[in-house]
Amino acid sequence: MALRMTGEGERWFDREAGPVVRPYAVVRGRTRAGRVAPGLIDFVTATGEAEKDQFGLGPEHRRLLNLCRKPVAVADLASDTDLPLGVVRVLLGDLRERDLIVVAGPARQDSSEETVMRSVLDGLRAL
Amino acid sequence: MVSERYEPAAEPAAVPIVTKLLIAGGFGSGKTTLVGSISEVRPLSTEEDLTEVSVGIDDTTTVAHKRTTTVALDFGRITFPSGVVLYLFGTPGQERFWFMWDELAFGAMGAIVLVDTRRLADCFSSVDYFERRDTPFVIAANQFDGSPRYSQADIRDALDLEPDVPVLICDARERESVKEVLITSVTHSLARHRSRATLATQADR
Repeated sequence: MALRMTGEGERWFDREAGPVVRPYAVVRGRTRAGRVAPGLIDFVTATGEAEKDQFGLGPEHRRLLNLCRKPVAVADLASDTDLPLGVVRVLLGDLRERDLIVVAGPARQDSSEETVMRSVLDGLRAL
Repeated sequence: MVSERYEPAAEPAAVPIVTKLLIAGGFGSGKTTLVGSISEVRPLSTEEDLTEVSVGIDDTTTVAHKRTTTVALDFGRITFPSGVVLYLFGTPGQERFWFMWDELAFGAMGAIVLVDTRRLADCFSSVDYFERRDTPFVIAANQFDGSPRYSQADIRDALDLEPDVPVLICDARERESVKEVLITSVTHSLARHRSRATLATQADR
């Protein structure tokens, strides 16, 4: 049975029922993301490379790949897919190994920490 | 098997400027409420090895195959019109999830320790953690209905805080109150950042 990846509100099972497959099974028992695990607010972007290796990527890999056509934070990916962070990290590790994604830390190269704090303050005050 | 080809964007989209604040405090101190008052709350969980999580806590002898456990995290996101994104992460309340704090705290601009004045001791470990880690934090006493009223000075004394740590009385249900807490937190982090920068400049001379 293929797990159908559908839009909001269309599911084969509800949250109460729990996942059909334990998240741990999705990553075949792996808990380490290989190399350096991406941080919670690191951003993931699909490279647009075609898959060289046809095998080994599951529906969850594809789903993640679809979600990160534009830069997306790791925590947002976990939230959007309802997969635990640890699982998302392992899957992202697989995608990175195949050069299908790039991972970037928070972009601060052009903005100092002080600039970031000031812009957050301005934003909060204007809420 | 059909292989999808992912079209590269015409030009790579810029990674937004992002930062995060931590919301700490004891179980039931109002972290989820606070995050929900100011931002869109998003589901987030993490699945961790039981071996790391609960040595001596969970009796796993009868469930030999259960090797991981799921921890729910409070998670919020505020996107400002400038494009800057502020993430809010609640720290897990139970001490058995301490190992997650380092990751949550890594790169955080600052922290808010939410306090229930009826259970003041619940926040001691959070205060200790941020002091040890040198993360700038503020204390926000969440005023629950019917809980005794304490002054900011009383709370400061009870927690034995450094004089520069801001203490606020707040209502985690009220957006304006939470906004004030966040503004105080970022202002405090900014002041700390500036004074450190000044010290570093003086040390260089």
